[in-house]
Amino acid sequence: MAKAAAKKTTSVASPSVERRPALAGRSTAATGAKVEVLPPAERISLRAPEASTAALSKALGVTLPKKSKTSATKAGRTALWLGPDEWLVIDEAGNDPLADCAAVSALHSAVGISHRNIAIGVTGAGAAAAINSGCPQDLSLDAFPVGAASRTILGKAEIVLLRTAADGFRVECWRSFSDYVFTFLSEGSRDAAV
Amino acid sequence: MLLIRCPYCEEERPELEFRNAGEAHIARSANMAGESDDDFEKFFFIRSNPKGIIYERWRHMHGCARFFNAVRDTVTDKFIMTYRAGEPKPSKLPIISNEVVAK
Amino acid sequence: MSGAFRIPGAGRLKQAKTARFNFDGQSYTGIEGDTLASALLANGVHLVGRSFKYHRPRGILSAGAEEPNALVEIKRDAARKTPNVRATVQELYDGLEAQSQNRWPSLSFDVGAVNDIASPLFSAGFYYKTFMWPKAAWKSLYEPKIRAAAGLGISPDKPDPDHYSSRYAHCDVLVLGGGAAGIAAALAAAETGVRVILADEQAEFGGSLRFETGAGIDGQYGFAWAQAAIARLQGMDNVRVLPRTTAFGYYAQNFVGLVERVSDHLSAPGHDLPRERLWQVRAKRVVLASGAIERHMVFADNDRPGIMLAGSARTYLNHYGVAVGKNVGVYTANDSAYAAAIDLKKAGVNVAAIVDLRDHPTGPVIDEARALGIEVNFGRAVIRAGGKLRVSSMTVQPKNGGGERTIPVDAILMSAGWTPSVHLFSQSRGKVAFNDETKRFVPGTYAQDCVSVGACNGTDGLSATIDEAYAAGEKAAKDAAAKTAKSNKPKVDASESWSRGMLGAAPGAGPDTTVKAFVDFQNDVTAKDIRQAVHEGMRSIEHVKRFTTNGMATDQGKTSNMHGLAIAAEVLGKPIPEVGLTTFRAPYTPVTFGAIVSHARGPLFDPTRKTAIHPWGEAQGAVFEDVGQWKRAWYFPKGGEDMHAAVDRECVAVRKTAGLFDASTLGKIEVVGPDAAKFMELLYTNPWEKLEPGRCRYGIMLREDGFIYDDGVVGRLAPDRFHVTTTTGGAPRVMNHMEDYLQTEFPQLNVWLTSITEQWAVIAVQGPKSRDIIAPLVEGIDMSDEALPHMSVREGKICGVPTRLFRMSFTGERGFEVNVPADYGQAVWEALWAEGQKHGAAAYGTEAMHVLRAEKGYIIVGQDTDGTVTPNDAALDWAVGKKKADFVGIRGMARPDLVAKGRKQLVGLKTKDPKVVLEEGAQIVEDPKQAIPMKMIGHVTSSYWSENCGRSIALALVAGGRDRMGDTLYVPMPNGVIEVEVSGMVFFDETGGRLNG
Repeated sequence: MAKAAAKKTTSVASPSVERRPALAGRSTAATGAKVEVLPPAERISLRAPEASTAALSKALGVTLPKKSKTSATKAGRTALWLGPDEWLVIDEAGNDPLADCAAVSALHSAVGISHRNIAIGVTGAGAAAAINSGCPQDLSLDAFPVGAASRTILGKAEIVLLRTAADGFRVECWRSFSDYVFTFLSEGSRDAAV
Repeated sequence: MLLIRCPYCEEERPELEFRNAGEAHIARSANMAGESDDDFEKFFFIRSNPKGIIYERWRHMHGCARFFNAVRDTVTDKFIMTYRAGEPKPSKLPIISNEVVAK
Repeated sequence: MSGAFRIPGAGRLKQAKTARFNFDGQSYTGIEGDTLASALLANGVHLVGRSFKYHRPRGILSAGAEEPNALVEIKRDAARKTPNVRATVQELYDGLEAQSQNRWPSLSFDVGAVNDIASPLFSAGFYYKTFMWPKAAWKSLYEPKIRAAAGLGISPDKPDPDHYSSRYAHCDVLVLGGGAAGIAAALAAAETGVRVILADEQAEFGGSLRFETGAGIDGQYGFAWAQAAIARLQGMDNVRVLPRTTAFGYYAQNFVGLVERVSDHLSAPGHDLPRERLWQVRAKRVVLASGAIERHMVFADNDRPGIMLAGSARTYLNHYGVAVGKNVGVYTANDSAYAAAIDLKKAGVNVAAIVDLRDHPTGPVIDEARALGIEVNFGRAVIRAGGKLRVSSMTVQPKNGGGERTIPVDAILMSAGWTPSVHLFSQSRGKVAFNDETKRFVPGTYAQDCVSVGACNGTDGLSATIDEAYAAGEKAAKDAAAKTAKSNKPKVDASESWSRGMLGAAPGAGPDTTVKAFVDFQNDVTAKDIRQAVHEGMRSIEHVKRFTTNGMATDQGKTSNMHGLAIAAEVLGKPIPEVGLTTFRAPYTPVTFGAIVSHARGPLFDPTRKTAIHPWGEAQGAVFEDVGQWKRAWYFPKGGEDMHAAVDRECVAVRKTAGLFDASTLGKIEVVGPDAAKFMELLYTNPWEKLEPGRCRYGIMLREDGFIYDDGVVGRLAPDRFHVTTTTGGAPRVMNHMEDYLQTEFPQLNVWLTSITEQWAVIAVQGPKSRDIIAPLVEGIDMSDEALPHMSVREGKICGVPTRLFRMSFTGERGFEVNVPADYGQAVWEALWAEGQKHGAAAYGTEAMHVLRAEKGYIIVGQDTDGTVTPNDAALDWAVGKKKADFVGIRGMARPDLVAKGRKQLVGLKTKDPKVVLEEGAQIVEDPKQAIPMKMIGHVTSSYWSENCGRSIALALVAGGRDRMGDTLYVPMPNGVIEVEVSGMVFFDETGGRLNG
């Protein structure tokens, strides 16, 4: 029997199984801010030396930002500066940035992390206040303008923060921290009207 | 909570994003296997633990994730300066007094 | 209506808005806007508590946060009981219930008051002296008794049902204190457009403008100006105004902790409101405008209810419309008490006499008092107060001695002068300087970017205060954000001004007396106690403080510090600055644990991490265990099974057919780059350069000291790409360790690390039927032993989704670990489970996993190793690359002690009675008959019942263990000694044939 199974596999009956994202569909709305889980997206962790950024930017179709706490967005694809040789690339348009990087010969590391991260949207006049319930960074528009991005912390979890609008943020965290982060932001949003 | 200037992010960020990583400028030998017992002891076990200026490593763990070096005064807790990993130990330190003149 | 002592037309509260409340079972009526203290005083209630040590009756001393006496319990329900609330700060709401503390059976008759009579026993240093001997009595007798007697109030014994919130905030200028100075500074800064936060501990802004009738600003009465200014500030987008907010701690780099009391003043706070809000503010500049605190006079029985600070009596009158008595006496050493006497007299209260310690004071207030017909006595002292539950008289004597005269009074208003509130300045590490002329400590040398203005800076007079504060606000804005605005400085039309006063004990409470003249009301410290401390050898003021408890606990020296210091200085014969001031510590006033903990409770206490497959386990009734922050399925009980039955069944199923195990929590790191193999060579003991893509290797990571740090199976996906696994608990620190070496020791290597722990859900399928279960679902991977031998990895698809399929085993059986993108984890698990059901496979948990690996002698880092175990100790020498020139730990491993004979080595243990299961952690000896303490030669690291072996199995670290094979050793336990035989570490399938079985 083992022998039979050991034969080379050919076609497989069930090509698809159900995708079950963490927290799917969860949202809360308080007076100050709305907190909602965002749909799945394609993501890569991109690492590269300075010399490779031009080639990678070209392949990705978005110019990799070189300044701390910044991001760049083009055609549904956002590159967030996380460190001097590190970017988080998020594609919400259904295209695969990993495949785009695979064609680049310049020195780099691209690792797929689409399922590692969960995105939570925080929007509303109290969005910054909700996040500041556990995040120690200055989120005023002067210090953290639209497009600003940073890895930081929320309570006892690490998050990546991207300001998408004056009153809107995208909060990314690892999958298993998403319940904690979502709950924290929900609590924060309850008190975000002041 | 301290503010620490990350030399890679080029701004001050809250201490919660950082982790201390021990004394700086303790070079690992290129010929590790050949180190004498005494040299290994100095490298691995002996730390200066000064009262006053200390050179230490920090990591911007929950920020850019870079390790860097810092000069800190262990008496006042003040950071004198920070600089990138691999840069030499500064030969001259900026003068930072603990006392701000009365205003 | 709202109390017999409420004076029609006086104060600012609206009589129409009444609020009923209850104190010690008695019902009263107050007015909205009252504090509990003002409402009690309006009803003629002065007796509100008993003192801490002597249980003396105590009244209301002040009208603010400095209150040391009027500490009560506020109760909303059984779970919402707050002890030690200052009645002077607690705002009244309809239905408020308050209770006095530290008395039994009742406030007016308290048995504990015997301590007062026996007070010679309880003098300074009482605890240190009395409970010294016999030593044995400390634990059994003294400590429990002291603990029972210590502390004021009773904590609620139910969980706190309220919630608390927190906020990190940033601003350019933070103004602490909302009196005239704070408001002026905030206005100046706000007008430039910079971000301003203004906080005050009171419900209403205004500070001393609440009671100063003689202040006029911008054509308005002082308090009205303050309200108008606050309204203006509240209307500005760049300003946040925080009433009921106490700055409790000033930390490094202008980081200030504030607590806002959000709903404690509300009758029925909605559930949405937090009880308190913790503000953690980072300010570019801080303006300290914390004002001054009035000092009491130190004389005999100065703690009787009805004796209070003059300025506070004025606040009760001018703000709350309450007279603190009908026939009041005044005892003062400065001008400010005159204003209180004048205001009360004008309101129709009889002022029996003003007793002024000064010989020839002059000034308009004195003239006005006289003009109003108030008797004014100079050069005289109040040497004693009469009455017990309420002051009934004051006995007056010329200060240099002479005839006594007793004047009946029902209240005494006292003022020894004003102490600048330098608490926050001192917390900021600033150094205070003593002003010899005004006899007060004021901010001297600054340590942070802050500035003190107004009374806390020793600035006297409203004009000077506004000038100073406004200029400071302008400068702070300019320094913080380079912004300026046209000056719009408030103009002072009228002001009150006074300074000076006295420090220390007044005549009648001198060294020649044994009277109880209180310095620190809260801690029951008298002038005599301070003197005694010095006589008994305390020289440093810090020692005096600890010996007497003066200024300790929640009071933090608000009213007591300067008097205590002056008395100590006098006895020491030294000038005050040479004796020095004690350190002010945070918190300025007590902070609830709720505010500090804030969101971090319940589900937010710590993240609870769950795998993608967790819901399946939950639905199956799995029992979970905590592994770090992770919840892991421990075992899957079926039909009433206990843990042992479930684990036995799971273990047997894996070896008989197959088992499915959720291994998603394993740390995973993708190592990518042309130098990936070079990097792996340096971080692991094993050789990696020659590992072919598609193959795996068990790797060991050491620290530089040569001890095992972590382990795991590493697969090489491509020449420049490794998929590294780590232990579950070790994942973050291993990543940090690798990054550390990569960034700082080997930065020349072109390689990058990415954590992929959470990218991949991992399903271990182990057992003879494992391949049969997986194969039908796999696409694009040849599953034959030739194509996919033990310790190999392939990328392909399973159930149509990408997989990294590892052929590897942590059970000793043919085994696979199926990695799939996390969101598909549960669906793929379910598909595998369905296949598994055809073969009789079981789901197994971490306990069975532990047993199965122990049967094979596979170690668990952190259980069988403890940070002092080398690869050789763990019999893992084979995993150390002998030809390698370098790796982390290569030198540490060769240290003399680490290669010496007789080190503890990992071995197997078999109990002579196979049914006996050893306890993990149990110690091992050679000779059980030796004298105690026995020489212990090792300990049990892992121990289980193995259903597959039909006996117990154990791993142990034993000195020279590998030279003791077959020896009998002993494990002494409370119920007898267990005999064991030293064995190899593999208990099952020693030849390893089942890996391909």
